[in-house]
Amino acid sequence: MQTSTSWRSFRMAAWLGWLIESNWTDPFLFAVYSIVKPLSGAAILVIMYGIITQGNYDSALFPYIYLGNAFYIYVGAVMTGVSWAVVDDREHYKTLKYMYIAPIYIPVYLLGRGVARFITGSIAVFITIAAGVLFLKVPLHFADINWILFIVTLILGVVMLALLGLLLAGITLTVARHEGFIGEATAGVLYIFSGAVFPLDVLPAWIRPIGYFMPTTYWLELLRRSLVGNVAQAFPTLANFTNMEILGILLGLSIFFGVISVQVFRYCDGIARERGLIDHTTNY
Amino acid sequence: MSNSLAIETQNLGRIYKLRGSKKETRKELVALQDVNLTVQRGELFGLLGPNGAGKTTLIKVLTTLLSPTSGWARVAGADVHAEPNLVRPRINMVSGGESSGYGLLTVKENLWMFSQFYGAPSKEANERIEALLEMVGMKDRMHTKSSDLSTGLRQKMNIVRGFLTDPEVLFLDEPTLGLDVGASRDVRKFIIEWLKADKERTLLLTTHYMVEADELCDRVAIINKGKVLACDTPSALKQRLQKDVTFEIETSPLNGLTPQMMEEQPEVKKAALTDIEGGARWKLSLVDESALARVFNLFAQKDVKVMNLNKRQPTLEDVFVDLVGRSMAEEESNERSQ
Repeated sequence: MQTSTSWRSFRMAAWLGWLIESNWTDPFLFAVYSIVKPLSGAAILVIMYGIITQGNYDSALFPYIYLGNAFYIYVGAVMTGVSWAVVDDREHYKTLKYMYIAPIYIPVYLLGRGVARFITGSIAVFITIAAGVLFLKVPLHFADINWILFIVTLILGVVMLALLGLLLAGITLTVARHEGFIGEATAGVLYIFSGAVFPLDVLPAWIRPIGYFMPTTYWLELLRRSLVGNVAQAFPTLANFTNMEILGILLGLSIFFGVISVQVFRYCDGIARERGLIDHTTNY
Repeated sequence: MSNSLAIETQNLGRIYKLRGSKKETRKELVALQDVNLTVQRGELFGLLGPNGAGKTTLIKVLTTLLSPTSGWARVAGADVHAEPNLVRPRINMVSGGESSGYGLLTVKENLWMFSQFYGAPSKEANERIEALLEMVGMKDRMHTKSSDLSTGLRQKMNIVRGFLTDPEVLFLDEPTLGLDVGASRDVRKFIIEWLKADKERTLLLTTHYMVEADELCDRVAIINKGKVLACDTPSALKQRLQKDVTFEIETSPLNGLTPQMMEEQPEVKKAALTDIEGGARWKLSLVDESALARVFNLFAQKDVKVMNLNKRQPTLEDVFVDLVGRSMAEEESNERSQ
């Protein structure tokens, strides 16, 4: 019964999320948007990199930055995909209360709503990396890719991001205003401290522990290593750790943050019920 | 709790803590106070009261959306606070006066999705959607995106969403709010047919339309400022006033005449006032018809002209006036001004 309720919640939420995500415009415009958006983001970074390094695209730093930035698309997409469903349903569609009184598991429903963003995010990541390989000489060779490590890391990371999204969704439930900024602010903090576009060693020593505590740091490192192993290991931050050690740390931190996320969501859900915030609309 | 009860509340209370500025102390708003109600299975029960009376708060508590601050409530045999997961499969709710729903989805997609959340087999759900849309006259709009529907049609779609899952207990919060006369009539007809089809179905309806409560409900609870003031069948409630004579009088502007002045007259039990274009409408409860002479005298003293006079049978509005001392419209404007 519990399994069927969970599966029903997840399946229908994913279906709904996909229709919302893909139906806001006609298919052609949606396809153009899906291609142009990630390429524009990557282009900004590439141009900035080119100006700062005077066009030194052969440096190991370039694939480090490029791949970190590409995979970081998942952070925003999956995390805010889950938490934004609260804002969407409560404020825009005014359906959150109907979801709450339906016999479904709300956390599983919210995770399901994130699936669509995961799919569009995956398309964006693929396009960004493909453009990097085809036009910017990102040294990614299919024969050298550690596929097992890549797939395991990707799946673990996406689950970890979805659970972090649940944490944000809980906080969003209790916040009546400025709820839209929570996801953006968190993604911004992770962008700085996760070594997405620069190695953690660039940061002052006293600030680095924040990065070491973020699961995204190890996730991005492993993704780079699985795709362009030698290049990634050129940076000292985590060079002393083997792939398995980093995977272990990632797994441990993912479980830790996962448990915290579920507990925070439960707590916030209770607060929202106490304060009558489940159907609270601000028209903000 | 007896199995014959669909809803039971005991000393149910809900207090909202209102946020002011940082310097102000938190204010409290008592939305529900010691509400004791029982609704039998198969009953169409009405909650009647002005806006802000606590009707929606009570529905939110009963549908597990809001925790009570005191007391308890059981719906379909389960405690709404302690056992929400047992309550939810057995209930559904529709709120009137709002445009909820996923605008990018068609009417059918919206409804089908909700049926799936309740675990209905897809084929059965589709058949039921078509049948219900037919009943509310919306079958031809089945494949229209809900964002392209008028407010009234969107509300009808929501009403279908509520009935679609065939709940044991259905909560309708102002279901005809914002609907035109024809659509409201359709909805009322639909509600009656739905209840007739299965004697075990229970419906709790909130409304501030007296006629709606009178026409539809088996029993009505009159609620104001979070308190249940009376609860009985509409006819029993009205019978409380049968001993009085009620007149509705339209007059020219009042020249300082107030309901309090009117109530100071011997044999005038209650006086309620509503502004109308070019004057006022009085509802007067008199001990007997002879008191009318005193009323006319008072009008004459204040140079108020009588434009129209009707002797009325008591309505639920009169019951409300008798219980609260003000008409529902006055009570709402009084609440707004506070």
